[in-house]
Amino acid sequence: MTAAGLIFSNIHDQSIPQMTATRTMASLPFGGRYRLVDFALSNMVNSGITKVGIVTHNNYRSLMDHIGTGKDWDLARRGGGVILLPPFVTAYENPRAGKLYTTRLEALMGVMEFIKHCSEGAIVLSDCDAICNIDLSAVLEEHEEDGADLTIVTKEMHLSRSESGGGNAIVYADEDGNVTEVVEHTRLLRGEYDVSTNIMVFSKSFLLTLLLDALAHGYTAFYQQALSYAMGSARIKIFRHDGYYAKINSLSHYFYANIALLRAQTRDALFNVKDRPIYTKVRNSPPTRYGDGAVVANALIADGCRIEGTVVNSILFRGVQVRRGTVVKNSVLLQDSGTGENVTLNCVIADKNVMIRDARTLSGHESLPFYIGKGKMV
Amino acid sequence: MFKKKECVAMLLAGGQGSRLYALTQQVAKPAVPFGGKYRIIDFPLSNCTNSGIDTVGVLTQYQPLVLNDYIGNGLPWDLDRAWGGVKILPPYQGQHSRDWYKGTAHAIYQNMRFIDQFDPEYVLVLSGDHIYKMDYSKMLRFHKNRGAECTIAVIDVPIEEASRFGIMTIDWEQRITNFAEKPREPESTKASMGIYIFNRKKLYEYLIADAKDPASDNDFGKNIIPTMLAAGEKMMAFQFDGYWKDVGTIASLWEANMDLLGQRPVFSLDDDSWRIFTRHSPLPPQFIGDSAKIKNSIITEGCEIGGTVENSILFPSVRVMPGAVVRDTVVMDGTVIEEDARVQYSILDGNVHIGADACIGGDRGAGSGLTVIGEGITIGAGQTVEAGIMLPDLR
Repeated sequence: MTAAGLIFSNIHDQSIPQMTATRTMASLPFGGRYRLVDFALSNMVNSGITKVGIVTHNNYRSLMDHIGTGKDWDLARRGGGVILLPPFVTAYENPRAGKLYTTRLEALMGVMEFIKHCSEGAIVLSDCDAICNIDLSAVLEEHEEDGADLTIVTKEMHLSRSESGGGNAIVYADEDGNVTEVVEHTRLLRGEYDVSTNIMVFSKSFLLTLLLDALAHGYTAFYQQALSYAMGSARIKIFRHDGYYAKINSLSHYFYANIALLRAQTRDALFNVKDRPIYTKVRNSPPTRYGDGAVVANALIADGCRIEGTVVNSILFRGVQVRRGTVVKNSVLLQDSGTGENVTLNCVIADKNVMIRDARTLSGHESLPFYIGKGKMV
Repeated sequence: MFKKKECVAMLLAGGQGSRLYALTQQVAKPAVPFGGKYRIIDFPLSNCTNSGIDTVGVLTQYQPLVLNDYIGNGLPWDLDRAWGGVKILPPYQGQHSRDWYKGTAHAIYQNMRFIDQFDPEYVLVLSGDHIYKMDYSKMLRFHKNRGAECTIAVIDVPIEEASRFGIMTIDWEQRITNFAEKPREPESTKASMGIYIFNRKKLYEYLIADAKDPASDNDFGKNIIPTMLAAGEKMMAFQFDGYWKDVGTIASLWEANMDLLGQRPVFSLDDDSWRIFTRHSPLPPQFIGDSAKIKNSIITEGCEIGGTVENSILFPSVRVMPGAVVRDTVVMDGTVIEEDARVQYSILDGNVHIGADACIGGDRGAGSGLTVIGEGITIGAGQTVEAGIMLPDLR
């Protein structure tokens, strides 16, 4: 079955406001050399999807810069490729341009034209912050075999007071995999649940019907209203993803999700899957250079770094400099940030181009990492 | 679509690199990996892009598969241009002649029609054998200002090494007065870098005459340059003072890699004003494990390091298991070094597998020479490869 993709780039911006002040959730840097959208894009490309719309809302300059023509994902195509879908808004009265969308459903209504013009039979929706490496062609195949209108990809999670499944919807299904109910997450749930990854496959015609119905009824909520309305009549299936899945819904989640990459199982599940690499924008950094004074243990380090000091349990993005006498522990240092000499960092997230000068000592806690904003000098 | 280009570059990439032995069994010399994530040909190609030359013909002949694949449409070097860009030019059959490229000059002669499409004033001839960063636009400006017919880039080499090169004698205004290919008693220390700029019309005169001469080797250094000089053409030497290394031998390839190391490397790739572009593979960042010890080394994407790495260059996806020691060594793509193996003063080509407790090469100070393990070779657990050995041995 041929499919087109749709990625929501601003969804959940509010979950990590410190870092999304000047960027979309989709362009949030992750894992040393990636941005979150790389996972959704690569998953689609690796499953043979060659037309992907990215729904934007605001702050999408960094996203445009990252995506460029799409050639790094092999999505610079004559027919299709990657297409940014900014909202229609005007500064003057204009009945055709609506307000900025606030929900997933409104975002979908805003890109109805794109969906209508797709000749593909299925539309794969994905949030930009679904960190996973999934074979979508298997989902598509099952979707087609089942003759489903909608297939929702879920991940079984153990919900507790501290683990809320990222606030994603909970999906209930019968033994045959037919979805019976989808409810918004509530804080009271405890135990094992199928949590929606917000990756789903729609038959194009069903998606359009759903949107038109929602429009007619004035619905705004995707799961609670539009999907509930269709639940009785439509054929909705569940697809349980058993691989790695992470979603970022706070600064400390961001920290954990990065640090989780220090485990070999996580790296293997995300990056070392045969025939399913994760693509990202090529930056042409030279390899990383380690000096005589370098001491490095348990660290994920991108290219273009220069390391003269100590780096332990940390993630270093491209072009990070760690000078002599400096100790970086349990920290995430984003692109082109750097330290002077004899700096001590613990549980710090330094955004892009942060400079920490000689002999500073900064520390957060893993439950509340110390965040330094883009371009700041300490 | 037609638009004139001022200068077209012709990159001679057909060389076998026979003195690189095991490393060039499957690939032409310009495709030999260098510096952690590059190949030799990245240097002239990136130099072209950075110098504003966007039309490059790459002349291939020996083992072109890897090279063709690598260059592709030229995207990594920004040479995927609608008009111009990089083009692979293999030898071809014609109605009247069918030949392999007999020499460097013959290779250009065969492709005069390619050059003509762009109607350039100047032709820049490059070779794919050297590691250097050079602004060709400065050389072109020099060539134009001096009103030369041909300009040859030269670099000062130590007098004791001068007899390995083509040596120029120049006068006070940098005009070339004499040229000697590998002279036994060199008159000067100005060595030709194999980089020429010609006025196209003049070049064609000599190429056509040379092609008609059955006694000629059809080579720039041996035939074209001496003939032009003898005819009294205005030929200038353009002095280059930067880093330049011929990586034609195993030892010089190893040395050039080592020149990237140190607090202040002799040759730095970390240069935003002169990026060296290369074709990237989508690999995760390098992972450095708990037991790793890394000193004075260059490591790149996809590597997983658990052992000790000192004074070494590691290419993508190299694995060094805990307890293994890699010292003074160049390790190419995808090679795995198992637990407690020991590799010293060596070049390991791509996809080599060194078994646990194996011992490769000897101490660098011992003077027994470099050890080379060719593409895809497996060294069993506990085995020893003596210092100075080359596998497979093709000498």
